[in-house]
Amino acid sequence: MSSAPRRTDTLLRYNANDRTNHWSTAIAFILAALSGLALFHPALFGLSALFGGGPWTRILHPFIGLLMLLAFLFLAGRFWSHNHMEPRDWEWLRRYRDVINNREDRLPEVGKYNAGQKLVFWVIVVCLAGLLLSGLVIWRAYFSQYFPIGLIRLSSVIHAICALVLICTILVHIYAAIWVKGSVHAMTRGTVTPGWAWKHHRAWYREMIHAANSRSRPD
Amino acid sequence: MALQSLDIVRRSATTLPEPGIRMGTGDIAVAKLIDTTKCIGCKACQVACMEWNDLRDEIGTNVGAYQNPPDLTASSWTLMRFAEVENSKGDLEWLIRKDGCMHCQDPGCLKACPSPGAIVQYANGIVDFHEENCIGCGYCVTGCPFNIPRISKKDHKAYKCTLCSDRVSVGLEPACIKSCPTGALVFGSKEDMQQHAAERVEDLKSRGFENAGLYDPPGVGGTHVMYVLHHADKPELYEGLPNDPQVSPTVRLWKGLAKPLGLAAMAFTALAGFFHYVRVGPNETDEADEIKAAAERARLLSASERTP
Repeated sequence: MSSAPRRTDTLLRYNANDRTNHWSTAIAFILAALSGLALFHPALFGLSALFGGGPWTRILHPFIGLLMLLAFLFLAGRFWSHNHMEPRDWEWLRRYRDVINNREDRLPEVGKYNAGQKLVFWVIVVCLAGLLLSGLVIWRAYFSQYFPIGLIRLSSVIHAICALVLICTILVHIYAAIWVKGSVHAMTRGTVTPGWAWKHHRAWYREMIHAANSRSRPD
Repeated sequence: MALQSLDIVRRSATTLPEPGIRMGTGDIAVAKLIDTTKCIGCKACQVACMEWNDLRDEIGTNVGAYQNPPDLTASSWTLMRFAEVENSKGDLEWLIRKDGCMHCQDPGCLKACPSPGAIVQYANGIVDFHEENCIGCGYCVTGCPFNIPRISKKDHKAYKCTLCSDRVSVGLEPACIKSCPTGALVFGSKEDMQQHAAERVEDLKSRGFENAGLYDPPGVGGTHVMYVLHHADKPELYEGLPNDPQVSPTVRLWKGLAKPLGLAAMAFTALAGFFHYVRVGPNETDEADEIKAAAERARLLSASERTP
């Protein structure tokens, strides 16, 4: 990593604001997940020690959740337009065997995000909406008093299910970043090599070349 | 009520059995029997509860009925509920019910509680909150089929009737029982209370209350607070006493299947990733890709040169 000569032809995939926004969301997610899991299963109650004990976990968890949501709202604003599913995305998903076996040459071309990344995005959108709505209902200190008991019970289950789906999705997201080498660097330092862009996001690579080309050519 | 001398048989949020070496020879299931047919609504039991437990609720406002305070609170663990019911003959029946924790054999609060040891059940059947372990999440409220626990605004802990576990543990009866002037409240072994109730029900039936009966709902495994009702066929007449209370299926799903399945799903996802890496390996970009990328770039640029 350090011995290789610094490349000068890298492409900027995430600027400093994108990265800051992404990692703010990620940190809030990890804290929300750990504090939530402490309250979800007795075997994980020990995680509450990370937050100063049971009552502090109960106090902090909803506020951390709101911070995560706020951070994600900005992130969604940045990435929303790149995440619309297109016909080639469905084809990409149908060839999931090629995806998981590193046979990218057999897959349709990919823009800034592949279908898997887009699905992760939309699962996060849906889960966070579910977590917000159900979370407000079960937020005993401020809101539960305004809701009937049946809705509170239902919201408790919905909150747990949305959280589990979200956590599993983020595990896939994290693993994908470890699996596809260069991705972590893209989100920590912002840049990718042309080879990385060509291999994993060829349509986006072309867009980047056209954009750079039209910028460098005075009209 | 932490410094108890009673055997604990169940603790909230605990996955392994309780200490169980003691034979439990002295443990008998206890019960409080509330005979609504003998109750005159004097509220002596409310006062006794306040006094023994050192509770003073805020002075409220008169809501136009005898019921006062209007609802259970974190500082009012028992309450006379007054229902005015017109029976089929057109007569008024004033049904008075002492409300409070029912001490379920299968307690929904304990099932829902996420904090280890914040809710316990003793071998004698009493369900007790240990507030020093309570985190104030209110899941007990969500789990309770009788709408009993209340979260204090003062300290954000859950409170409810303890069945005077501190008194019972040293062989005394609960404070409310002591104070009842009509014998509507009695306390003893659950078996004795059932027997006493059977006698009462027989007496009531002979007086024309043909639907008189004992309220010991099986949906929660029976309770350690039971009622004798004149109208056992319609418990909801008594200010909404539930007809067939049980721990809600939603709560059972949330606190039952969802927990192991959820952990398994997360563990499976993480392991699937790990073994994918081990079996298939990383998706890397090599020098050949860089060369192809450079060729693609050159091709694109020359194409755009030709079509300005």
